[in-house]
Amino acid sequence: MNEKNQALIFELSKEGRTGHSLPELDIEEMDMDELIPSQHRRKEEPELPEVSELQIVRHYTALSRRNHGVDSGFYPLGSCTMKYNPKINEDMARLSGFAHLHPYQEESSIQGALELMYKLQRSLEEITGMDQVTLQPAAGAHGEWTGLMLIRAYHEANGDHQRTKVIVPDSAHGTNPASAVVAGFESVTVKSNERGLVDLDHLREIAGEDTAALMLTNPNTLGLFEEQIVEMAEIIHEAGGKLYYDGANSNAILGITRPGDMGFDVVHLNLHKTFTTPHGGGGPGSGPVGVKQDLVPYLPAPLIIQDKDKYRFDYHIPESIGRVKPFYGNFGINVRAYTYIRTMGPAGLRKVSEYAVLNANYMLRRLEPYFDAPYTQHCKHEFVLSGKRQKKLGVRTLDMAKRLLDFGYHPPTIYFPINVEECLMVEPTETESKETLDEFCDAMIQIAKEAEESPEVVQEAPHHTVIDRLDETTAARKPVLRYKKEA
Amino acid sequence: MDKFRYLPMTEKDQHEMLETIGVSHLEELFEDIPNEIRFQGDLNIEKALDETSLVKEMTRLAEKNRHLKEYPSFLGAGVYEHYIPSVVNHMLLRSEFYTAYTPYQPEISQGELQGIFEFQTMICELTGMEIANSSMYDGPTALAEAAMMSAGQTKKKTILVSKTVHPEARQVLKTSAKGQNLTVIEIDEKDGVTDLDHLKSEYNEDTASVILQYPNFFGQIEDLEAAEKIAHQGKSLFIVSSNPVSLGVLQPPGEYGADVVVGDAQPFGIPTQLGGPHCGYFAVTKKLMRKVPGRLVGQTTDDHGQRGFVLTLQAREQHIRRDKATSNICSNQALNALGASIAMSALGKNGLREMAEQNVQKAHYARKQLEKNGVKVVTEKPFFNEFVVRLPKPVKEVNEKLMAEGIIGGFDLSRFYENKENDMLIAVTELRTKEEIDQFASVLGGVQ
Ligand SMILES: Cc1ncc(COP(=O)(O)O)c(C=O)c1O
Repeated sequence: MNEKNQALIFELSKEGRTGHSLPELDIEEMDMDELIPSQHRRKEEPELPEVSELQIVRHYTALSRRNHGVDSGFYPLGSCTMKYNPKINEDMARLSGFAHLHPYQEESSIQGALELMYKLQRSLEEITGMDQVTLQPAAGAHGEWTGLMLIRAYHEANGDHQRTKVIVPDSAHGTNPASAVVAGFESVTVKSNERGLVDLDHLREIAGEDTAALMLTNPNTLGLFEEQIVEMAEIIHEAGGKLYYDGANSNAILGITRPGDMGFDVVHLNLHKTFTTPHGGGGPGSGPVGVKQDLVPYLPAPLIIQDKDKYRFDYHIPESIGRVKPFYGNFGINVRAYTYIRTMGPAGLRKVSEYAVLNANYMLRRLEPYFDAPYTQHCKHEFVLSGKRQKKLGVRTLDMAKRLLDFGYHPPTIYFPINVEECLMVEPTETESKETLDEFCDAMIQIAKEAEESPEVVQEAPHHTVIDRLDETTAARKPVLRYKKEA
Repeated sequence: MDKFRYLPMTEKDQHEMLETIGVSHLEELFEDIPNEIRFQGDLNIEKALDETSLVKEMTRLAEKNRHLKEYPSFLGAGVYEHYIPSVVNHMLLRSEFYTAYTPYQPEISQGELQGIFEFQTMICELTGMEIANSSMYDGPTALAEAAMMSAGQTKKKTILVSKTVHPEARQVLKTSAKGQNLTVIEIDEKDGVTDLDHLKSEYNEDTASVILQYPNFFGQIEDLEAAEKIAHQGKSLFIVSSNPVSLGVLQPPGEYGADVVVGDAQPFGIPTQLGGPHCGYFAVTKKLMRKVPGRLVGQTTDDHGQRGFVLTLQAREQHIRRDKATSNICSNQALNALGASIAMSALGKNGLREMAEQNVQKAHYARKQLEKNGVKVVTEKPFFNEFVVRLPKPVKEVNEKLMAEGIIGGFDLSRFYENKENDMLIAVTELRTKEEIDQFASVLGGVQ
């Protein structure tokens, strides 16, 4: 990593420099005042930097060296599925025949794109066991909201206006309750039991006439499979509610079990997790939604359909909830996911899940003696540890996360799920080698020892990063959210 | 095929690992999944392809499409083909950027955080606003979020949106509004711009916000000064959706007193890619800072006083506030925000103005040429890089004729407007040459 403080690009700016090469104006120039009257025109120019092309390259290269990605090193960030992002995916998405299509071109001129979308819909339907998939949602949270709006439309069509509540486990991802509220529901919490699974008695108690849906992640966010999923589905369906599957992290179930077969009515996937499309430092992703037959009439238009040897958009969905996204979703991301599915095929996808689960269990068993493991059963693609033991020694989970930075690792997810004290959530993924897992476990074990023998080493970490711990309190109290040129 | 280049597991590894776990078969790890829901057999999806065959298959699909690098296009309507400096793609391919997650650990994410801080600054500069977030999914969802925010801020329930706002943005808005039980009222168009008398008559104490697009869907420049006065009679917010390239020549919405400016940064370095992923932006006044959806990057210092960047004001967000969050957004379009920043840096202050002016010049030249060729031009008032013509035939038919001549024609307005049966919306960017425009005008002029 680069040691030096990197100037802002604005601080590199010097009047008169350019980094572009626009086409020459090949028509006779007209008087701007005649085209757009001066009262509509900008008086003060925006302060964009004036830099040369090499300065741009050096600047962003320097920034990239101050960043850690999967390509830089192990990234066991739980709930995020930081697996390898294949290079071929990037190449395919950049083919001109995909990258430079306009969404309003005639259908006849984008047949290849439509075919790809159609085949991706079909593949995801098969993988999830659902009847119809829409590729429109832009990300996981967007998929959740879309799915919940479908459930709302379904209940309203049945005259069930009293179904205002969405049940969400205490271990659920934050977007679940947030999406429920954005879709106009109230979110109610169902407790987990001591085995980390949904408390069925509590679920029975709160499920009823006002239940619109249960939102569930399975394996849940503790990395545990909800063994009683079939009973849960019965409870919710008997109460007249629908089952929503948060499939953001489906890395444990490919070819092994399908949400559709578990009894779920709606599912969203994060193609930017399970299906290897890159996270891009926070996006863009893609969050397709699959539904069972009785929810198909409410899907957002258009769907992609096959019509003899042609593919076309189907806009005829009279009871649709309406548009959730302009155009047809994040097509460029969907190209990458399709490339991945074609790389792996059915056997490969199944191996993905087998190895993701094997890797996670291996790490869990190696680390268990040194940390508190709140749940003892086999985990699925990820697992949680608690830093309770270390906390008693004055070392917080945050400190251990920062100490891992010194070893060149991205730390696990910390303090999530919120129902585990001092939580560390580890997701190795299937693309990491045993050697990497071992080295990481060794580092974790060393940190556990340091916590006992020399806690200050951990408390004062990181020691080898380009910057030390940052003052987040001041950042929030006196926010500086943009650069301003000094007068 | 049973070997997979992304899977490093060997038989030896597997054996050793199972031993450590204390089970004899991998199967045992899945015993908690009840038999009745176990998937039997192979997924019925297409079989795996080796890398060479895969490239061949993907190339076959790509080549079935006609793309904008092959055919000159006059399509815009919210998505624009512009000059993309080569550096943009090269920098985005730095894998430390694209293979990273959201920058939760600032010590090893300073590059991403600083890049986004710079993006926020550039959006503020363009729009004339004080605060910009780190990106939204796209322009239309950003617009819908702005409307939801206005209802939350003002505790009012009606959104007034002009029919000159992108039709798909209005559709997304209506879906969102249904979720929040808000009412959306559409304000009529008159001569290609918002009918301000209609806006005035619909405005009342229940108005949460007034939404205009600038330049609007037909390319025309709305009278923001007059609209702002109407919007701010009461406590409602004035929301403006803007193509950021146009702000290289147009007075920014911030100068007209907009409370929120949203739009899509796609025209800066982001390929059209059939409509996504693009890059929504979201800018507000200081007063609304704590109501903003999504992630914000702030500047701070470390123990040694060295400048650094962190995600900040997170108490607004779903991972902290859950059902009380300002929005459910989590992932956004960070990489595209970075791409847009790189394109804006390459253009710089002068390049942006030059590019925006070229759009104005070329679009007006095209308008003149079309008129010369006998095409009826509908747009009379000031416009940026798009305008409307009325043809003697349905646009779909005309576009087929254009395609036969190797040109991708303009947008068929009858798709969204009943009263614009044969109207074509034409976009002309700096990429269209004089020759292409002349040919286009001559083909359109020949349509009887
Ligand atoms: C379980 C779970 N659900 C939902 C989400 C939200 O996905 P996205 O960030 O794509 O909106 C995530 C990712 O953070 C997740 O881990």
